[in-house]
Amino acid sequence: MKNKNLSVYEECSRKGVSRRDFLKFCGTFAAMMGLKVSGVAQVVEALDKKSRLPIIWLHLQECTCCSESFIRTTHPVLSALLFDQISLDYTETLMAASGEQAEKSMRDTMQKYKGEYILMIEGSIPTKNEAYCCIGGRSALQIVEEAAEGAKAVVAWGNCASAGCVQAAAPNPTGAKPAHQIIKGKPVVNVQGCPPIAEVMAGVVVHLLTFGTIPQLDSLGRPKAFYSRRVHDTCYRRANFDAGLFVESFDDENAKRGYCLYKMGCRGPATYNSCGIIKWNEGTSYPIQSGHPCLGCSEAGFWDKSPFYKREPALHAFGIEATADQIGLAVGAATVAGIAAHAVATNIRKKKLINNKGEEEN
Amino acid sequence: MSERIIVDPITRIEGHLRIEAEIENGKIKDAFSSGTMVRGIEQIVRDRDPRDVWAFVGRVCGVCTSTHSLCSVRAVENAFHITIPANAEMVRNIMACVLYMHDHVVHFYHLHALDWVDVVSSLKADPAATALAAQKLSAWPKSSEGYFMEIQNRIKKFVESGQLGIFANGYWGHPAYKLTPEQNLVAVAHYLEALEWQKEIVKVQAVFGGKNPHPNYVVGGMPGAVNLNEANAINAERLAFVKKLLTDAHVFINQVYIPDLLMIAGVYKDEWGKIGGGVHNYLAYGDFPTKGYGVIEGYKMPRGIILDRDLTKVHPVDADSPDEIKEYIYHSWYKYKEGDRTGLHPYAGETELNYTGPKPPYQKLNTNDKYSWVKTPRWKEKPMEVGPLARLLVAYAAGAEPQKSLIDKTLKDLDLPPEALFSTLGRTAARGLETKLAADWALEFYDTLVNNLGSDTRMVNHELWDEDKWPEQAKGVGLTEAPRGALAHFAVIENKRVKNYQLIVPTTWNASPRDEKGNLSAYESSLIGTPVHDPKLPLEILRTIHSFDPCLACAVHLYDEKGNYIHQITE
Repeated sequence: MKNKNLSVYEECSRKGVSRRDFLKFCGTFAAMMGLKVSGVAQVVEALDKKSRLPIIWLHLQECTCCSESFIRTTHPVLSALLFDQISLDYTETLMAASGEQAEKSMRDTMQKYKGEYILMIEGSIPTKNEAYCCIGGRSALQIVEEAAEGAKAVVAWGNCASAGCVQAAAPNPTGAKPAHQIIKGKPVVNVQGCPPIAEVMAGVVVHLLTFGTIPQLDSLGRPKAFYSRRVHDTCYRRANFDAGLFVESFDDENAKRGYCLYKMGCRGPATYNSCGIIKWNEGTSYPIQSGHPCLGCSEAGFWDKSPFYKREPALHAFGIEATADQIGLAVGAATVAGIAAHAVATNIRKKKLINNKGEEEN
Repeated sequence: MSERIIVDPITRIEGHLRIEAEIENGKIKDAFSSGTMVRGIEQIVRDRDPRDVWAFVGRVCGVCTSTHSLCSVRAVENAFHITIPANAEMVRNIMACVLYMHDHVVHFYHLHALDWVDVVSSLKADPAATALAAQKLSAWPKSSEGYFMEIQNRIKKFVESGQLGIFANGYWGHPAYKLTPEQNLVAVAHYLEALEWQKEIVKVQAVFGGKNPHPNYVVGGMPGAVNLNEANAINAERLAFVKKLLTDAHVFINQVYIPDLLMIAGVYKDEWGKIGGGVHNYLAYGDFPTKGYGVIEGYKMPRGIILDRDLTKVHPVDADSPDEIKEYIYHSWYKYKEGDRTGLHPYAGETELNYTGPKPPYQKLNTNDKYSWVKTPRWKEKPMEVGPLARLLVAYAAGAEPQKSLIDKTLKDLDLPPEALFSTLGRTAARGLETKLAADWALEFYDTLVNNLGSDTRMVNHELWDEDKWPEQAKGVGLTEAPRGALAHFAVIENKRVKNYQLIVPTTWNASPRDEKGNLSAYESSLIGTPVHDPKLPLEILRTIHSFDPCLACAVHLYDEKGNYIHQITE
């Protein structure tokens, strides 16, 4: 868990700053940066970069659903990103070159843009035997370690790179591990979901482009802009839950009325994602809207919480008032340039002095 | 003297594929196809609730997303003898057509086109001449001089930036590129156009499945309830949205994809209509039921096998029979108890991972030994090609319409004999033709659905949803035609849980290593005889391999360590 993003909070914590204070500071900082979901479109329009951000996108143990989701982004559209904003120098899915020419593209970027390129990873890394995933004769582990070395920051796409996803489900035959367990000393942004929502992926890229920093992260390394709200709290069927109106079986009369899917096993109450806000495929729908319970695909280990159609056993303290710190989210907020932890701590202490009051630790 | 060339990674595919080829006198003499990644999903679904498995195995592949989920719910429904409502069958058909349209268009433009289209050459095109040429191809309303000029300026600015991104180190200027600058500009413009369009058509899957990639399915039907008098259900507005998307897709496919395909085919047909044929046998399970999944006669795509390119006879296939389909591991990194020479039907499998290759980093694989994570399936000991070409050939031989007329007309338009189908070009053309059919059929299925909804809105048969009603033991097979070919899932269920689960996946048939007797599978055999202009630039290899639309995440699988018939899907 020696994640650089966590260390800011950890260091603050060691200096006696409460999590709540730290969060408040993070929230203020976020507001100053204008980091909210609805702001993404304007941010895109404001983009006018002279040289495009170099990106190496690795494919490891994965199914390519993250790449497929990424190409579905509507704001910005993919061609605008590819032609005007980023330079996708290596991606096995789309690049023209194969074999030696493809490998050369990766080497060129690693040398020419050392310390500047963003490493994006799709897929997990097998650890039981390195030969379970090889590209160009090198193992996924060797490639990741080499490519991470000169990267400015790392983006872990989807549940595979963030938490191992389906191949890490019991019994995890290949010893699949997420990127943050392999890469040390670099900020890793976990853009969760199976796959992540297209506009969330684009939003993260736009944030990197616009601000030159990584976005604020929660304790699991997920960008708070997109993963700080429970699907349950943002679900348009929430009123049915509150009123005790539930679907009892697929396609029953209550399903036809669009009642709450909690009793069908919906994981919305334990899942942090933007499905209820941004929705999928340019706002077309999201799983609950189309009648299926949320599987919880943006949470680590969700596969082993099956059977999926068995309802969550306990659902107390799930009021909308239960905020991030209560669930233990929090943290994050390191920038690529690095906000020194002591500076955060100092600011919080100053504020405490001004207010002349302290708050108890959570 | 022959020379060994290695292409790894093969890009513009799904997954991790390595090709090693022996070249002699400018032609490929021998070729080896290796899948270099493994995950183990079949082992992971063991002991799970069979109603959940569609979600797990859906993650076998995010490119052919939805097809494994469909195959899985079919396998479980087959095991429990569940018949789904007619509406659900139509929704599944529409979603499968949408997958064909999305997947095939993205394959053509974004994965395959750069093998035929020289992006840099498009900078030399005259926009006015390009517009004239494009207008002759179709009535697509965007084909104006100004449009092509704008695209060209965009490419120019991109190239001048010096950051070539996905186009860096491509094979631009290679003598095997034959299109005129104007034809190249048309194709490049439509590369971008298709990128815009592909994100639209998948919204149909989002309406019915909640999201794409990886939409939701349920055993017994489809999850989206229909209520024509309710805002929170599939109603007239949602249906109208689907209709619009399907109609727009129909226009795009007929006015952009098909004309571009024929344009490119017309230029390359003399060479690429003669090579790249590979194995002479073709397998299709058939799909798109119109009278229920159990009534094979009602399938839009017929089931069967073609042997030795003989289009006068269609042979029957039974995926469930222990004597027909078997998998071999002689050249694959697995172990069988009875030894490496045994062939096993998925129900009797018993292997484990057994990596014997070189320790990475490595330069060469020992292709005399085991060299791939892909197993080698055989039908009655014979290698089979699966995919769009196999489906169309089976339909052609069976005399199925509209396939037969469409193939005959296309051959006539291109002035090609039927033998030209057995080639790299034939494979790429077949994919386009069936996309055209999928666009037609999607609208047909939509009409059937809407006609039915007036009187019957059932979407799920939940009589057997409750696990207390399940038999102690059950066994079922699900069959689909995934975009890349014949797909089978086998489910063995005991005590309410999955005991065994296996998949035989299209790319496993096509990308597998040779068998013990030295019979090559489709990729390897299709490369034999292919001319290679410059061994350092593997353009010709990419053309033929891409014509199969490789999907390696799907292709690899293995059995569990205890010798039960659980597969693991690996890549």
